Amino acid sequence: MNTSALIMVILAYGSVTVITVYFFVKVLNTPHKAGDEDDKIPPVKSYDAT
Amino acid sequence: MTKTTESWGSRVGLVLAMAGNAVGLGNFLRFPVQAIQNGGGSFIIPYLVCFLLMGLPLLFIEWSMGRFGGKFGHHSTPFILDAMTKQRFWKYIGVFGIFTNLAVAAYYCYLESWTLAYIWHSITGTFANMDQTQVSDFFNTYTDITVSTTGIPYEAVIFWLLCLAINTYILSRGLSGGIEKVAKIGMPLLILFGIILAIRAVTLKAGHDGAINDGTAGLNYLWTPDIKSIWKPSVWLAAAGQIFFTLSVGMGTIQCYASYLNSKDDIALNAMSAGWMNEFVEVVLGGSIVISITVGYFGVDGMVNLVNQAGGLGLGFRTLPYLFQQWGPVLALLSGVFWFGLLFFAGITSSLAMGTPFMGFLQDEFGWKRQRAAWGFGLFVLILGLPTVFFFKQGAFDEYDYWAGTVSLVIFALFETILFAWIFGMDKGWAEITRGADIKVPNIFRFIIKFVTPLLLLAVFIGSLPGIWDKITEDVHWQVQFARLLLLAVWIGTAVLVYIAYRKRQKEGRFTS
Repeated sequence: MNTSALIMVILAYGSVTVITVYFFVKVLNTPHKAGDEDDKIPPVKSYDAT
Repeated sequence: MTKTTESWGSRVGLVLAMAGNAVGLGNFLRFPVQAIQNGGGSFIIPYLVCFLLMGLPLLFIEWSMGRFGGKFGHHSTPFILDAMTKQRFWKYIGVFGIFTNLAVAAYYCYLESWTLAYIWHSITGTFANMDQTQVSDFFNTYTDITVSTTGIPYEAVIFWLLCLAINTYILSRGLSGGIEKVAKIGMPLLILFGIILAIRAVTLKAGHDGAINDGTAGLNYLWTPDIKSIWKPSVWLAAAGQIFFTLSVGMGTIQCYASYLNSKDDIALNAMSAGWMNEFVEVVLGGSIVISITVGYFGVDGMVNLVNQAGGLGLGFRTLPYLFQQWGPVLALLSGVFWFGLLFFAGITSSLAMGTPFMGFLQDEFGWKRQRAAWGFGLFVLILGLPTVFFFKQGAFDEYDYWAGTVSLVIFALFETILFAWIFGMDKGWAEITRGADIKVPNIFRFIIKFVTPLLLLAVFIGSLPGIWDKITEDVHWQVQFARLLLLAVWIGTAVLVYIAYRKRQKEGRFTS
């Protein structure tokens, strides 16, 4: 491989792989927040047809 | 009225399902061809810039729109968009978020069924002892439904029906019981198969197994930067288009998946993780397999000729099955199963996502149970997909892909970005994006979402106008005209259903926001 192609491969593959792993590990290690199910039920109001 | 009580079983499951929604056959077959045609190694620069300026902002927009709509019990775009503004016509823009999925699923399931069939043929050794022309012609024979390659009458139709049945069954099992389980199995396997094939591809040695070049010759060709090309607008347009289609934005599936989140759940980190996972599959795996193997056997000129003749799809289905045979019977079988297996997982995790907006709409608005909605989707896709199967050679498949899989996405993404940034407003929009966020979203995205992303989308849309004009004015078979009219009828029919649902809501005194 020529030098410029090698640099592009290392930079592109390296950066994309590192960022992907970083965010996925962060997803795995971040504790789940307690949900508030009441948020799913909107308050009753009449339909606004305007 | 049945209230949808679906939810995601785990955060990892959600991220893998979202990544699976984005990862499709295009990651392996479209990206490398686009890179070759647009400057090789330097394509990655506009590509990643467009990912940051258009891809990630659209992911943030769609995730937050979905979670916002979910608060009001909406799981499809017509009423998610309706909930964001008092201007009632927006729900008809949201029709695109159902229409696109129905129409794309109609041809995509057929494409997906080819991968199933090719797994079967790889296992049974159909391609052994075939020369390159015979393997290439096999594809023509397979898609000519009147000819059987296995002795099974209407083989392509059988595999298509099987594929549809698998999709429908999984959808009928629900989010956590069906889609999430498939994503948790399918995505790791896809990545594993991809890594194995990528290592095999780049370690090909000239003189071994019939190869005339090292595998790295393909990487060398693909990644050598042509710096001058960075200044060409057409390269930027191609990069923006690739980012757009690879992330499955502008379809309505992301909003649907996100609508099952709790209002305090994170979306920023989830969107980042799913988006970058798609990039890993596309750039690292997609950039390593097809081109490296093809250049290894045919050289650069041979590969370019093949790309010009049949595109990425041709390389995947007409060329690779032949090249795998050069590695001996065991590796040929394994490589065929890995290659078409990863394409199958890439396909099914996307087609499952396409089923959920229509199902959510039927459940929310007409009180359908999940199983009924799933089989309703399957039946509808079966009917809508018939022209793509029976009129494949006349161009019905490509017609669906163009109008539903290309034009509709751009239109919907442009409108939803305008709605989010300018009508819903960036103050409320930014609050939605950052609510419950597990990472700090850089403030610069506020500016990007408001100004840069809509302009980029507008550029992509304007750039596609000449193509649309050419399409409309070209002479086509009656089968293609029929396909167009059918798609138009589906859009209008969906809009009518949305209107009926709206009147039903009015009658029942239910609100949309």
